[in-house]
Amino acid sequence: MFRATLKSLLARKVRLILSGLAVVLGVMFVSGAFVLTDTLGRSFDSVFADGFSEIDVNVAAKPKVQVNEMEGEQTVAPLPAALVDRVKQVPGAASATGVVNADGARVIGSNGKVVTSFGPPQLGENWTGESELLKLREGRAPQAEDEIVINKALATAAKVQVGQKVGVLTAFESKKRDFTLVGVFGYSGDRDSIGGVNEVFFTTPVAQRLMLGEPDVFSSITVQAAGGVSDEKLRDDVARTLGADFEVKTGEQVAADASASLKEGLSFFNKILLGFAAVALLVGTFLILNTFSIIVAQRTRELALMRAIGASGRQIIGSVVLEAIAVGLIASVLGLAAGIGVGALLAFLFGKLAGGLTLAGIGVPAAAVIGSFAVGLVITVVAALLPALRASRIPPIAAMQDVATPDRPLTKITVAGSLVTGVGAVLLFLGLSGNAGGQTLSTILGGVLFAFIGVALLTPLISRPVVSLLGAIFSWSVPGQLGRLNSGRNPRRTAITAAALMVGIALVTGVTVILDSAKGSISALAQDTIKAELVIAGQQGGPRPPTFDPGVLDQAKALPGVRLVDGEYGDMGRIDGEGTWVAASSDIASLRQIFGAKPTAGDIDRLGPTQMLASSDTATSRGWSVGSTVNVQLTRGEARTYTISGIYESSQLTNPVTLPVTAAKDFAIPQPIQGFIQLDPGTRVSDVQPQVEALLADSPEVSVADRDAFIKQQTSSLDGLLTMIQILLALAIVIAVLGIINTLALSVLERTRELGLLRAIGLRRSQTMGMITVEAVVISVFGALLGVVVGTGLGAAVVEALKDEGITDLILPWGQMGVFLGLAAIIGVVAAVLPAVRAARINVLGAIAHD
Amino acid sequence: MTATVGQQAQAAARANDVWKVYGSGEAQVIALRGVSAEFERGRFTAIMGPSGSGKSTLMHCLAGLDSVTRGTVSIGETTVTGLGDAGLTKLRRDKVGFIFQQFNLLPTLTAKENILLPLSIAGRKPDPAWYDTVIETVGLKDRLDHRPAQLSGGQQQRVACARALVSRPEVIFADEPTGNLDSRSGAEVLNFLRNSVREHGQTIVMVTHDPTAAAYADRVVFLADGEIVSELIEPTAETVLDTMKKLDTPAEVGN
Ligand SMILES: Nc1ncnc2c1ncn2[C@@H]1O[C@H](COP(=O)(O)OP(=O)(O)O)[C@@H](O)[C@H]1O
Ligand SMILES: [Mg+2]
Repeated sequence: MFRATLKSLLARKVRLILSGLAVVLGVMFVSGAFVLTDTLGRSFDSVFADGFSEIDVNVAAKPKVQVNEMEGEQTVAPLPAALVDRVKQVPGAASATGVVNADGARVIGSNGKVVTSFGPPQLGENWTGESELLKLREGRAPQAEDEIVINKALATAAKVQVGQKVGVLTAFESKKRDFTLVGVFGYSGDRDSIGGVNEVFFTTPVAQRLMLGEPDVFSSITVQAAGGVSDEKLRDDVARTLGADFEVKTGEQVAADASASLKEGLSFFNKILLGFAAVALLVGTFLILNTFSIIVAQRTRELALMRAIGASGRQIIGSVVLEAIAVGLIASVLGLAAGIGVGALLAFLFGKLAGGLTLAGIGVPAAAVIGSFAVGLVITVVAALLPALRASRIPPIAAMQDVATPDRPLTKITVAGSLVTGVGAVLLFLGLSGNAGGQTLSTILGGVLFAFIGVALLTPLISRPVVSLLGAIFSWSVPGQLGRLNSGRNPRRTAITAAALMVGIALVTGVTVILDSAKGSISALAQDTIKAELVIAGQQGGPRPPTFDPGVLDQAKALPGVRLVDGEYGDMGRIDGEGTWVAASSDIASLRQIFGAKPTAGDIDRLGPTQMLASSDTATSRGWSVGSTVNVQLTRGEARTYTISGIYESSQLTNPVTLPVTAAKDFAIPQPIQGFIQLDPGTRVSDVQPQVEALLADSPEVSVADRDAFIKQQTSSLDGLLTMIQILLALAIVIAVLGIINTLALSVLERTRELGLLRAIGLRRSQTMGMITVEAVVISVFGALLGVVVGTGLGAAVVEALKDEGITDLILPWGQMGVFLGLAAIIGVVAAVLPAVRAARINVLGAIAHD
Repeated sequence: MTATVGQQAQAAARANDVWKVYGSGEAQVIALRGVSAEFERGRFTAIMGPSGSGKSTLMHCLAGLDSVTRGTVSIGETTVTGLGDAGLTKLRRDKVGFIFQQFNLLPTLTAKENILLPLSIAGRKPDPAWYDTVIETVGLKDRLDHRPAQLSGGQQQRVACARALVSRPEVIFADEPTGNLDSRSGAEVLNFLRNSVREHGQTIVMVTHDPTAAAYADRVVFLADGEIVSELIEPTAETVLDTMKKLDTPAEVGN
């Protein structure tokens, strides 16, 4: 039996390659995700280990507000300069150096634009001399107030040379300031940067003022241990001397902590990739199920003969499952290998994009290997189980009959499909209505999965009328008619092939519906509510939003025709110990006049220096009312008590909490992020815009746009998200295309005689190909149609559930849907190429000769 | 031996010194050894011979389904030898009809659709009078909307005959058309073929190894080992059987 199985496997290797390919692609996604995140993780490890290798012990303030990787960069309040001397006194400390090191030093390149970062920080630091690690490549150290040195990678990106004047924006000054570039440095090992970080070194007083906002403070103190003193002992001694207010760590610890927080982000990223891998594998499951079903159907005679000569039903199941295991194993190995390649390639691209991250060697974590084999084998065997069962039920008599497998009634499958779809709908309802008891996400995902499987089971029934209707479009030619009949010939086969395509298209459509609705709703709200004709803002590339010089706000206010100008600041703060997004408006009147806020209690038109406004939702959930006092800790500065003086109605455009603008100096980013300008009635936008533009000449990160352009720019981040999701889902669609190719190829094989007959009675080669193409197009358009309908349903359900979150308009992307259907037709044509060529090449004589 | 019956102008199909060699070296099989034959228009010719004598090969070569190793084949005015795929397809559409032993019909199409299929493929309309005549003779009027699976073997084969006839080809080739049928259904099909020759002047070349079937033909050509060895005009089952018996004794063959 075992030998027979292997022989039949080898005999049909071509047929199995395509279905195996689906598993290969899915497994590739899984192992690629693991390899990518592992490689990046270890690269970060080594970058940080390197970056902190010269530090024995590091002293920093405890973060006042803890932020995680998702919320932004952790910013720590500065230390007083006097602390350096205290650290120096600690026995065992050879030296202690005050270091300024803060994100937000943005160099303006020779093209007048800010050199952007897509991830790594843009550090502004104080020059403390060369080291083993850091060496000047050109020029000299900064000595005067207006001198800087920058790292080689940054100099290259900015296209600036030593001796030139270079404009820099800093954390506390978003107005361009000119410096003379006096030196360019690099790192040991001929590296132009460490991990793609851009660095600007100032003299210490300048770095303190521009990067930390006050004189005589440092970000941290690095301590060198005297000979014979271990880092750990020195750390403990320093910690004891300074007390509990400071974080004292060894260099190794700092490196590990910095790396750990980045890795948290990576593991989140990994989960997302694995989610997409799961979609691809679901589609792959459909494909394998179909292939094995077709193969079993085609082998009916052979299997029946085996039964006739004494094989048991169990042996038949065993032989099919064995075949599945073989396919699964081979596919897992190939998928793992391909995943390692893809992971390495992506890591390389990521390194390039992040500005030259030096990659640690490509590693294959155990999770990649285990995940690949588990997923590859399990998926294949599970998918083959049903066909195996069917194979075991073939009666021995089938060997003597020359009947095609009879068309089984669709009753059972339809009932099962209705049930499964029902379960999916219930789960979706529970999840979306928030009644899933803490399991919202898994309930929704389960609902989607059940819905897909349920619809797939219903597809054979649906396929009959729909396929014949779709086919009618092509019925003007005889090959078209034949193709249409062929696609309706085996409803199960057509259905599952189409269902595989449905999954990908449904997800893309669903996501598009949700994002388009969100975009539309937000735009509509902004359009209706924001009463500002001009908006100052920039396009955020990296983790730090663009900022501009607050002086522009006053200058703009003074322009003729300008009625109201508001600059918006924001920060992650802690109120009564709970992390809360806090905002500040340079002109509190804007709350009502620009953002349409309505008071529900107290006074929202004024805000004293110790007063605070809250949105009604925040006030309710935190139990605040007018007169409540709260304790607010910002990124910098001491905690302060504020009294709630007013509450405004919550809307999409209002912040949970509004602080007086004086508090903004303690925000992690103490510069305005957006500016809103309201004009006097009758003033022409085009009259004011150029004047504001001129004011922004020294704030090159931002520009001024009219309101519509601003709204478009704000919602455009959703477009990027949509594109990314579409790219990731494309793999599921590619697998579905493989499925179509596979089904057609197997059908062509099955119908060799029929095709021979058709050729014998005069069907031309091109007509034969046309016939196969029509079949493919009908199947793929049917799948896309299902996908569009199911996806719209899912998307609409989610949008309905998000009504309270402000997504009020259901927007159906008709154009996109049309594109998907058109794309499906093209997919069908492409998928048909190989099977069609094969069909056209059929040897007429071979096909009709009887055995 | 060369079988020459009738005048050249009347030949619907002709083989001229046709050789067919399969494989090469050790595995070489010479299926046809210089066969020359003419098949008269409006006659029903049977090709007979023991299994493996090259009957099917000859028919395939004549019909342009297979290429010849040497020699030429022509159908009507057309020289088949050397035609490309497009030419062969056109030949099949216009001049040749086929009836195979089994698997003659597309399972997705009804009997009527199967019958009209060659015409639809060629983009032609059936001649209504001729179509009616064919349907009438086949005797399947009430079965036209049935699919092949719903028809008996004999009925399926009659549908295949009707399909071959309806486009009025120059010549119909039938390879053991009754091979899979019981004797009654076989007789129905053979009668039908003979009638279409007698009443409508159709040319038919039929391969068979059944003397009873061969007796329906106007003429029988005997093949043995890839060569034409004998011929009978106006055969009966007995004369055919006699000739076959003689051919089984190799000493009497070939002179
Ligand atoms: N495709 C082929 N390859 C090799 N030999 C073949 C092929 N087709 C037929 N033959 C050989 O040619 C000879 C004639 O075959 P065929 O014409 O099918 O005989 P018949 O129809 O009279 O039984 C046989 O010996 C057969 O084995
Ligand atoms: Mg034969």
